[in-house]
Amino acid sequence: MEAAERSIPNDDVALVALARQGDSPAFSQLVTRYDRKIYRLARHITNSDEDAEDVLQETFLKAFEHLDGFQGNSKFYTWLVRIAVNESLMKLRKRKSGRTVSLDEPAENGDEPIVREIAVWDGSPEQQYSSEELRSILDKAIANLKPAFRTVFLLRDVEELSTEETAAALEISVPAVKSRLLRARLELRERLTRIFKKKGDDVFAYL
Amino acid sequence: MTFLLTCKDFLHELNDYLDGACDPELRGKLEKHINECPNCWVICDTSNKTIQVYRGMDPQPIPQEIHDRLMSAIQKKMAHKCGGQAT
Ligand SMILES: [Zn+2]
Repeated sequence: MEAAERSIPNDDVALVALARQGDSPAFSQLVTRYDRKIYRLARHITNSDEDAEDVLQETFLKAFEHLDGFQGNSKFYTWLVRIAVNESLMKLRKRKSGRTVSLDEPAENGDEPIVREIAVWDGSPEQQYSSEELRSILDKAIANLKPAFRTVFLLRDVEELSTEETAAALEISVPAVKSRLLRARLELRERLTRIFKKKGDDVFAYL
Repeated sequence: MTFLLTCKDFLHELNDYLDGACDPELRGKLEKHINECPNCWVICDTSNKTIQVYRGMDPQPIPQEIHDRLMSAIQKKMAHKCGGQAT
């Protein structure tokens, strides 16, 4: 995308290798490549611009500091995501001091997922709404999920990490990732359907 | 011996179905259910659209001043690390 400088390689592995040897343009390149994705992730988990900026900085500073400890067996980006998730969760915990916000205690109250709205969507949301409107609808829907659910959804469906990578990043089990993902997807589907469904086409809907 | 999938069974397999992660036999059963059950068809379709609409959102560029502050924090750290024990 951006005009790459001549001598700087393009792939993460080579960039990380250079950065490890103290090559700062190489590290800056990695930052520029991923900062907006990390910022978006942090904003979604923390629901706060201010916290998201802190997380953004902490993530890259820690990555820089611990570059030597980065095992080449995971992708650099996955490693960054893991740091960013930890930093974001710490923010959440700090904010709700007293009340523990833990990823391990997601009131998985009854494992029956909720499905109430059963209605087809009215065309495609991308065509019905401006991208700003759509973005705000989507952001709001995510913000309403519990942290344990929205974090799993963000990693799996937005960042497109695998189930195993998500489990590792959150330090939860694979079955937990799966059940939370189902809950998250269905809750989002529920909220979006309420907004996107064909008006007056509630034939299937029931309470 | 074909056992019939209930809507509840279908919901439990929905994730793997959407991710294309179930074996062909189960997949066949799920497809059969969807074809015969309008409710599950709608749930599956709208779930799929939900995922797609989120995937389609590109991350917005971050505000310039946030990027600048990030870069300057990193520069500072780099200078510190490369320049030895600066105070
Ligand atoms: Zn059904």
